[in-house]
Amino acid sequence: MRTRMIQYRLILSVVAVLVLGIAGRAQQTEFSEQHRLNMESHVGNMTGHATTGAPIYKRFCIGCHGELGDGAGENAQWIDPKPRNFTIAIFRCRSTPTGTLPTDTDLYDTVGRGMLNSNMPPWRPLQDQDRVDLVAYVKHFSPRWVTEKPGTPIVIPPEPPVTADRIKAGRVLFQKLECWKCHGVTGRGNGPSAPTLTDDENRPILPFNFHDSQRFKCGSTDAAMYKDFMTGLDGSPMPSFADNVKPDEAWELVMYLRTLQPDNTLEKQIAKQLGLTPIDPNEPLPDNSPAPSAPAQQPSANPASPTKSNNSGY
Amino acid sequence: MQIGITTFSNRKQSLHQSLLAGLASAFALLFFLMIFLANPTPGRAIPAFARKYGLPCSACHEAWPMLNTFGQTFKDNGYQLMNDRDSPIWQNPSYWPVTFRMTPNWHRESTSQVAIDTPNGGQIPEEVTNNGFDLSGLDFHTGGTLYKNYSFYLLPSSDATGAFHFETVMARLDNLGNSPWFNFKLGKFELDNIISEKRILTLSNNGGYYQLYHYIPLGDSNVFGQMGDNQLGIELMGHSLDDRTRYSVALVSSNDGNVNLPNKDSYATFMAVSQAFDAGYQGGVDRVGAYAFIGNAPTYTLNSSGVPVTAIGNKPFNREGIFALVYIKKLDFSLFYQHGWDSAYFGTSTPSNAALPTGAAAPSWNGGFVEAHYVVNPQLIFIQRDEFVRMSQEALPTTPGNFGNINAYTFAFRYYPFMFSRAGFAYHAEYAIVQEKGAAPITFTQLSNSSVFLGFDFDF
Repeated sequence: MRTRMIQYRLILSVVAVLVLGIAGRAQQTEFSEQHRLNMESHVGNMTGHATTGAPIYKRFCIGCHGELGDGAGENAQWIDPKPRNFTIAIFRCRSTPTGTLPTDTDLYDTVGRGMLNSNMPPWRPLQDQDRVDLVAYVKHFSPRWVTEKPGTPIVIPPEPPVTADRIKAGRVLFQKLECWKCHGVTGRGNGPSAPTLTDDENRPILPFNFHDSQRFKCGSTDAAMYKDFMTGLDGSPMPSFADNVKPDEAWELVMYLRTLQPDNTLEKQIAKQLGLTPIDPNEPLPDNSPAPSAPAQQPSANPASPTKSNNSGY
Repeated sequence: MQIGITTFSNRKQSLHQSLLAGLASAFALLFFLMIFLANPTPGRAIPAFARKYGLPCSACHEAWPMLNTFGQTFKDNGYQLMNDRDSPIWQNPSYWPVTFRMTPNWHRESTSQVAIDTPNGGQIPEEVTNNGFDLSGLDFHTGGTLYKNYSFYLLPSSDATGAFHFETVMARLDNLGNSPWFNFKLGKFELDNIISEKRILTLSNNGGYYQLYHYIPLGDSNVFGQMGDNQLGIELMGHSLDDRTRYSVALVSSNDGNVNLPNKDSYATFMAVSQAFDAGYQGGVDRVGAYAFIGNAPTYTLNSSGVPVTAIGNKPFNREGIFALVYIKKLDFSLFYQHGWDSAYFGTSTPSNAALPTGAAAPSWNGGFVEAHYVVNPQLIFIQRDEFVRMSQEALPTTPGNFGNINAYTFAFRYYPFMFSRAGFAYHAEYAIVQEKGAAPITFTQLSNSSVFLGFDFDF
């Protein structure tokens, strides 16, 4: 009888510990969520508040990004590429080095610009303050914003003048850096590696097709393209080349990529005059200098969570 | 004895009215109970667009069908989000952009004075009230992109009996020369009214339209100046990238949107410009603008064997004014002012080949409205509108100066129990009253028309 009493007490104790543990954890999660609702964002002289951003998020964003910001909104199943998962705080379009958090301005710009070739439209028509508040609300979904600070934005040196030599040098870099393996020799996103590429959730992902648009993934300016090389598109196989190419070389690559785009740019006119043809991967490189090595197609990841990408062109 | 019969009759009538009133009250109570007891789900207009893009209705609509600034931009871009995913090639081949909308309802219509025939062949004014269950017309919306920067809109629309007509048929070319400043449309379309009557949030017979969009002075015959009616023509429209600055110029036939060339050489121009800005309060983007609708229209028809073959005798008309959208967090106002002017031939319904009555003048008027919206959240909106029209010049010197003056008031709310990208549903409740001086038959006193409307507004 006494043994049975002890058994009952033991079982009750275990149940109590489990219940209290779960309740405590739930409270902690709720506290953490509530705590993060105090999140702010700062863009220019505007300050955004997550609490003000909540109803704006519910009106405009919830259908795709979901109530929990995990990219699992009710429409997510029909969308390709999939909506961004804010809970892991990994963003493609940044001014900060790979693996670091973006600045508030980066997120603000992305909201306004939208994401090319995805269902994310440019939300530029919204009020500026609404967009800043949305940024604060987006940040509240991930604890990373509590424990980490955004990276320091990279320095973008002034763009040198467009010349035939620089365009030709960019063409060589396109070959040396093996950009063609994913983007194809003509930049149509049909390189030999393209069919094999997947994102970190094992979803197929297409490389960016430069012939589709005058815009790039994270903007339409030359500086935006420069930034993409140097920061990488975290959450996609597009790595950062910050350690592999010099600033001048990055500009040369930008100039060459402009020749692949549809509009009649200065770069394109020069390429036409030069009779520039698509690269031939088997063609010997024009000099014997060591080629800058291409970084692995594995984006730098937040140590706490592996980098995830969705399957849009990168 | 006569008195007794009257009393009994009155009592019976009174009992009958009480019963009806009781039934109406019970129905109203049931309506409201359904609204508030129905299981609400987290909340989202034209579901065809929402389905295409996977966006909730609330992304484009303050409360559907009224657009918000993002929805207006989407429309101004030719039904494109401008993310290079607008062309139909990106859609599943089974996607078919069709939406229908209809509103089964109960409504009560009351007119203060109707000329009722009497047994002796005369007429007397009497108040007439009807009520009962009814249907709205049916709209079949289909629209979207045909290709990048090529879009269309087609809206076959019926009245409550199922008689169809084409409310909207147009094709658009957008971003000509890669510039958002040049967009071109051809067909039958809504004039570029930022405060859109086609997207009005009120539905009743007396509250479901803006008075000034259709105002015709008493005795006037100009039906062609109704800027609320869709018109046949072409339009050039442009806007800044963020749609803050907009302009439009349309050349339309002065036939009130009727097909088969009923008129000869009669055209009108509608122009609108507006600028949006952030006034510092959240809730929406504020906007101010101006418009003008200037044209000429026929005053009589040429007939063959009694059948009209063409309308001629053009005379001028114009409508011009200003408008504004003002947002103060959850409260916003649509403000509208109009000055209208018709040729004296229209004002006196005189064919242009006949002499005007002695002392005839061109009628003119001023008017405006304030429509307030309180958006509790994307699923619940309260609407209140006050409209007025004041005649500043009557067509005939014998007409009292206030004939044709209008006061109109509308109160409504809409509750959307669910909101997502596939379909829409709204509980709609509304009361509206319109009072027009001198419009009553026989007595030429004030005519009052009122509506009570309860309905289920749905689209899919």
